[in-house]
Amino acid sequence: MEVPRIWRLKKQRYALQGEVCPHCQVKIFPPRDVCPECGGEAKTPFSFSGQGEVYSYTLISNAPAGFEEQAPYTVAMVKLNEGPLVTAQLTDLGDEPVRIGMPVEMVTRKIRNDGDERGMIVYGYKFRPVMAK
Amino acid sequence: MKQDQQVPQPEKGKLLQPKIKVGIVGYGAYVPRYRLPAKEIGRIWGNQGGYPVKEKAVAGLDEDVITMSIEAARNALKRADISADELRAVWVGSESHPYAVKPSGTVVAEAIGAPNDIQAGDWEFACKAGTEAMVAAMGMVGSGMGDYALVAGMDTAQGKPGDALEYTAASGGAAFIIGPLNSALASIEASYSYVSDTPDFWRREYQVYPEHGQRFTGEPAYFEHVESASRTIFAETGLKAQDFAYAVFHQPNTKFPQRIGKTLGFTPEQIAPGLLAPVIGNTYSGAAMIGLTAILDIAEEGDLILMTSYGSGAGSDSFIIKARKPLAQRRAKALSTQDYIARRTQIDYATYLRYRGEIRMR
Repeated sequence: MEVPRIWRLKKQRYALQGEVCPHCQVKIFPPRDVCPECGGEAKTPFSFSGQGEVYSYTLISNAPAGFEEQAPYTVAMVKLNEGPLVTAQLTDLGDEPVRIGMPVEMVTRKIRNDGDERGMIVYGYKFRPVMAK
Repeated sequence: MKQDQQVPQPEKGKLLQPKIKVGIVGYGAYVPRYRLPAKEIGRIWGNQGGYPVKEKAVAGLDEDVITMSIEAARNALKRADISADELRAVWVGSESHPYAVKPSGTVVAEAIGAPNDIQAGDWEFACKAGTEAMVAAMGMVGSGMGDYALVAGMDTAQGKPGDALEYTAASGGAAFIIGPLNSALASIEASYSYVSDTPDFWRREYQVYPEHGQRFTGEPAYFEHVESASRTIFAETGLKAQDFAYAVFHQPNTKFPQRIGKTLGFTPEQIAPGLLAPVIGNTYSGAAMIGLTAILDIAEEGDLILMTSYGSGAGSDSFIIKARKPLAQRRAKALSTQDYIARRTQIDYATYLRYRGEIRMR
């Protein structure tokens, strides 16, 4: 059971909430309270737009425990428009082939069950191809 | 004379109209990507036609009422031009809340950045849970208790394999932010609700699939309640079908809303923009509400819209909504309902079973 950890990480997982460094203005994700650029204290919350592009990706066929039911699925490194690189599942790809540079947007989805279906449902960020207006 | 009899009561009829005028300040839809054609269900169960819809929307493996409500709520916030900080309620109406005990509303609220100072209980009234929450939101804002309340009607509806409802039980819905009239994209002029104990459809605790009363779901249930609610709101306001630009009803299939529309004097043109069941199926708590979002995507200033929902068990909420000037420029701030409908990946029955969790994995 990971209930306290899931609870502690909810803001970053549900809504890509990170931090902005008050000294050098670098945007930080995941939040770590110390700026990876200038080493200064950085505790100011910053909500990322959720827009970005695929930096690299891979297809997961042999999924780790808790993710078996979703395999095969694509995991990507997504370069957020604000700078940071995050690792996340891609979803709702349909028939669209994934490509490096593909514009994607954040959506909040079910990530897995904590344990079995008696455990809590873990929600978090995934990315999908930007939807056409 | 008892003390409480001295409290002055305003003279009023049957309409629900708050003291402070309210309206829809933001709206957003959500339809999942996957579509299951009715003829694909028919292929499995040996039916060859006469289907109630063309196809239905199916939630993906990683979607549920909470994730879909989050996206619809985010769309509503984009159009509302308010910060999530200003919300005083986040209410989700559904008959497929992911948890039996633990509110959907708190997760949705956290994800959209709503503050801790909110009401967040879940609503349930079969297919009218969302519109029931909408009436409550009118009361909350209209009494001055809070400026803004977000309500969602959302479902990942259950249909027993092989049952008539399997063709229509779909996933999707909509969210609305109710707020004061001066910031509204559309005013809510009045509402009226009509309910009775009518056992047309139900699901007992721990049961996976609902039961229904076959043809009993028509005359004494859907038609009686939708017609009574709509006719009462007509009578109390003096309006008639010809006064409206559009009408949207709960849509368990294609025929029911078309028939009630005709009975009430509406033309097929008034009904068509909000009639989404043929292409997305019956989204239960979301059905009438997402139909309204499709109308708001095209309505012009001054257009009157009738929305009448229906929930089994049974009851109808009827609303008179009037489009306001800011609607035209604000609606482009989020994806339209038709944008979601156009995003379509067809699936077969086996994939449908997998996405619905019907395949035993261990």
